[in-house]
Amino acid sequence: MNRYPVWKYAIIVIALLVGLVYTLPNFFGEAPAVQVSAAKASQKVDNATLARVEEALKAAGLKADAISLEGGSIRARFASTDDQLKAKDAIQKVLVPDAADPGYVVALNLLSRSPAWLSSLHAAPMYLGLDLRGGVHFMLQVDMPAALTKRAESLAGDLRTVLREKNIRHGGISRNGQSIELRFRDVATRDAARRVLADQFAELDAVETQDGTDYKLTASLKPQAARTVQDQALKQNITTLHNRINELGVAEPVIQQQGLDRIVVQLPGVQDTAKAKDILGRTATLELRMVDESAEGRAAETGTGPVPFGAERYPDRSGQAVIVKKQVILTGENLTDAQPGFDGQTQEPTVNLTLDAKGSRIFKDITRENVGKRMAIILFEKGKGEVVTAPVIRTEIGGGRVQISGRMTTVEANDTALLLRAGSLAAPMEIIEERTIGPSLGAENIAKGFNSVTWGFVAVAVFMCVYYMLFGVFSSIALAVNLLLLVAVLSMLQATLTLPGMAAMALVLGMAIDANVLINERVREELRNGASPQAAIHTGYDRAWATIIDSNVTTLIAGLALLAFGSGPVRGFAVVHCLGILTSMFSAVFFSRGLVNLWYGRQKKLKSVSIGTVWRPDGDAAAKAE
Amino acid sequence: MEFFKIKRDIPFMRHALVFNLVSFLTFAAAVFFLFTRGLHLSVEFTGGTLMEVSYSQPADLGTVRNAIAKLGYQDVQVQNFGTARDVLIRMPAVKGVSSAQQSDQVMAALTAADATASLRRTEFVGPQVGDELAADGLKALAFVVVGIMIYLALRFEWKFAVAAIIANLHDVIIILGFFAFFQWEFSLPVLAAVLAVLGYSVNESVVIFDRIRENFRRYRKMNTVEIIDNAITSTISRTIITHGSTQLMVLSMLLFGGATLHYFALALTIGILFGIYSSVFVAAAIAMWLGIRREDLVKGGGARKEDDPNDPNAGAVV
Repeated sequence: MNRYPVWKYAIIVIALLVGLVYTLPNFFGEAPAVQVSAAKASQKVDNATLARVEEALKAAGLKADAISLEGGSIRARFASTDDQLKAKDAIQKVLVPDAADPGYVVALNLLSRSPAWLSSLHAAPMYLGLDLRGGVHFMLQVDMPAALTKRAESLAGDLRTVLREKNIRHGGISRNGQSIELRFRDVATRDAARRVLADQFAELDAVETQDGTDYKLTASLKPQAARTVQDQALKQNITTLHNRINELGVAEPVIQQQGLDRIVVQLPGVQDTAKAKDILGRTATLELRMVDESAEGRAAETGTGPVPFGAERYPDRSGQAVIVKKQVILTGENLTDAQPGFDGQTQEPTVNLTLDAKGSRIFKDITRENVGKRMAIILFEKGKGEVVTAPVIRTEIGGGRVQISGRMTTVEANDTALLLRAGSLAAPMEIIEERTIGPSLGAENIAKGFNSVTWGFVAVAVFMCVYYMLFGVFSSIALAVNLLLLVAVLSMLQATLTLPGMAAMALVLGMAIDANVLINERVREELRNGASPQAAIHTGYDRAWATIIDSNVTTLIAGLALLAFGSGPVRGFAVVHCLGILTSMFSAVFFSRGLVNLWYGRQKKLKSVSIGTVWRPDGDAAAKAE
Repeated sequence: MEFFKIKRDIPFMRHALVFNLVSFLTFAAAVFFLFTRGLHLSVEFTGGTLMEVSYSQPADLGTVRNAIAKLGYQDVQVQNFGTARDVLIRMPAVKGVSSAQQSDQVMAALTAADATASLRRTEFVGPQVGDELAADGLKALAFVVVGIMIYLALRFEWKFAVAAIIANLHDVIIILGFFAFFQWEFSLPVLAAVLAVLGYSVNESVVIFDRIRENFRRYRKMNTVEIIDNAITSTISRTIITHGSTQLMVLSMLLFGGATLHYFALALTIGILFGIYSSVFVAAAIAMWLGIRREDLVKGGGARKEDDPNDPNAGAVV
C-alpha cells in the first residue's frame, strides 16, 4: 500500500530537475560587466552599436568574456574589475565623445556568470534587493494639488480668451484655489457664459451663486478630469525622471508608480546620493524661438561665418547647429500637452501640441507674420539648450492647436512628443523616503542571511536525523528539496530577495519541518498502538495531512495579510514566506512520502522501520522498532 | 530517542485556573508597560533620519554626539550598532531642512571630526509615510485576526475560534510588552515577525483542537476535562519538537543574522516560547470556560461515523 504509481515519481523527478535548473544560475555568481544603453529616446542601440563597441574593445586590446545585445542594451562581461574599468573608459571614448551631451549611457554593472544555455532557458539568479547589493532608494510624492492648480490657472486663461471671442462681458475671472470664479452683471450674460462652458469646457462643472448684485459662476474640474490631470502629471514626472536618471549612468534603474501620487526610484549601485538627489530635483524649461534666417544666420549655420548679433547657436539632436534669435516667443509654461498623431490628409506622422489661451494668442500672431519661416523648439536643461525640432511654418495657426509634421517617422514623432512633454516636471515632487545602502553592507547582509539559513538548516537536520533516524534523514532531504524549490521559484519569478526575505527563508524552513514532525510522530504513535510498520506509515501520512493543511492555512493567512498591507521590507518577507509555505506542502508531504515509499514500499514483510525509539507506556515492553 | 515518556494523561485542566491567572498577570504587566513606557518605534514609523556610519577604529560616541550637536539638531540618538566601530545615528525630522541636507550636513561634520568615517547606510522617512505604516500594520493585524477566526469557526466552532484568537493575541501583547519593557526597537521586520508568530502559533491550538474533537468522537465515556487532558498530553511531544526545531532556525538567525535581524529574531523567540505556553495551557482552558460540549463538534452523534473517511468533520489526528 505504500507505493507510488510511476507518474507520481515522474512529477517528483520533473520538479527536482526544474528546481535544479532554475537554482543553478545562483551558484555561478556575478561577473563585472559594462552595460551600454541609450541615453535619449531618439538614440537606438542596435547591431551597429554592438559592432562599434566590439571595435572599441579590440582597439583597446581588451577581450570580453561575453558580449550580447538584449532588450535595447549591450552587455559585455569581463574577467576582472580592472578590465571592466578599462573597457568602460574605452567604450565611453568611442560612443560618448562629448561628455556634456551623452547619447549613450555607459554604466558598470554585475552580470550573472551562468552559461548561455541557462540564460536561453530564462534561468537567471534571484534578483537581489537594494539592501543586499547596495544602492539608493527614493520615494517621491508628487504634489497633486499643485498640478490641479496649474491646470485651473491655464483653464482660467482659456476662459478669458473664449469669452472675449464670443463677446460675453464678464466682471472678472479669477482662480480661487482649484476652482475658477466668474462674475457677471446680469443673468443673461451668465447664462450665455454657462452655455459656452458646457460647449467648450467639458472638463469643468459650473455652479451658479449670487453675491449681492453680482451673479457668480464657480467652475471646478470634474472628478473625472481631475483624475486625468493627476494621471498625466504622474506619467510625465516618471518620463522626466527616466530621462534624468539616464545621465547618472545607472545600469538597471527602477522607476515605478506607487499608489496614486507616488513614485519609487531605485538606483542599484549608486553611492553618490547628493548627486542623485540633485538630478532628480532639477527643472527643465522649454522655449520657442524664431530661427535666424538672415544671410549671416545661414552662414553661421553652415559654420562659415560668426553668429550674428542678437542670435545664438544651439545644436539640434543630430549635433547640427541651428542659429536662433535671442527673443523668446513662448516658454514651456504655455504648452499644456504634446502627443504623437497622424495628419488627417497625408497620413504623415505628426506631433500635436496644445497651447494655453495666452500661448495660442501669441502663437497666432507670430505664425501670421512668419509664414514660410522656421521656428525652433529648444529644451534647456542645466543651462544647456538643445533644439528639439525646427519646423517650417506653413500657415497661420490659431486655436492653440499646433501640428508639427514633415519627414518624421512614427518613432521620431513619438520621441519628439515625449521630449516636449518630459522636458519639465508636471508638478513638483518631494522626497518622502530615502534609503542608502553601501556595497560593503550589502555583501555583509548576504553573508549574514546565508549563514543564518545554513546553520539553522544544519541544526534542524542533525536533530531530525538523531531523533527520528532514517525517517529524520528523509525529512532532512525533504527540507533540502524545499529550499531548492523555494530558491528556484524565487529565481523564476525574479522576485526581489531582501534581507528580511532571507530571514523568511530561514523561518519557513523551521516551520516546514513541522509537517515532517507531525508525520513522524503520528507514525510512531501508530506503531506504539501496535499497527504493522506498513500500515503505520500509511495511516501516519494520511492522518497528518489534514492537520498540515490546517496549520499551513493559518500561517498563510498571516503571510497574505503582510503581502496585502506590508510595504518595503515587510513585503519582501511576505513573498518568501508565502511561497515557502506552498513549496513546503509539496516537499514535506508529497516528496518525503515518495522517499519513504521507495525505501520501504517494496518490502512485503517489513518487520520494523527506522524511526527512532517507539516507547510504550506499559513499561517493560519498550521496544525499539528498528 | 524519545523525550516524552508520559504514562498517564497529565491533568492540565485541574490547574487551568492557575495557568489562566499566570497568563492574565503577564498580560496585565505587558499592557501596563505598553501604556507606561510605550514602544520604542523605529524611524520607519516616526519619520526621521537614520544613519549608519562606520569608522576604522572603535568610535567615540561622545565625539560623534558633539559633532552633531554643533549642527543644532535636537533629540539625536547615537549608539553602537553591531560592533564598536559602527555607529547608528537617529534624528527626528526637522521642518525646513530636507532629508538630503540633513544627512549631508551630518556626514560633513563627522568626516571633519574623523576622516575615516564612512557612510554605510542612510534611511529617511517622511512623517506621512510613518503614519501610513502604522495604520497598515494595524490593518494587517486585523486582517490576520479576522481571517483566522473565520477559518477556525468554519473548520471547528466559534468557541474554538474565540479561544484560539484570545490565546494567541495574548502572545502578541506579551511580545509587545517585552519590547516596551526593554525599550527594544520596534521596526517593520519586527511587525512582520509578530504577525508571522500569530499565524504560526495558532496552528498549535488547531492541532490540540483537532485532537479534542477526535477524542469526543472516540471516547464517549470521558468528560470534557478528561478529553482535553488526553488531547494535550498526546500532542505535547509534537508541539514541543516542532517549536523546538523552529526555534533552532530562529536561534541561528539570532547568532548569525547580525544587528539588522536581531530584534526580528528576538520577537520570534518570545513568540515561539509563549506560543507553546498559550496553546497548551491557555487556548484549551478558554475553550473549556466557554463551555465546549460533545454536541458542538459531533453532529448527528453517531458512533458509526467514527472511521468514516468521508466524514467532513473528521479532523486530523496527530
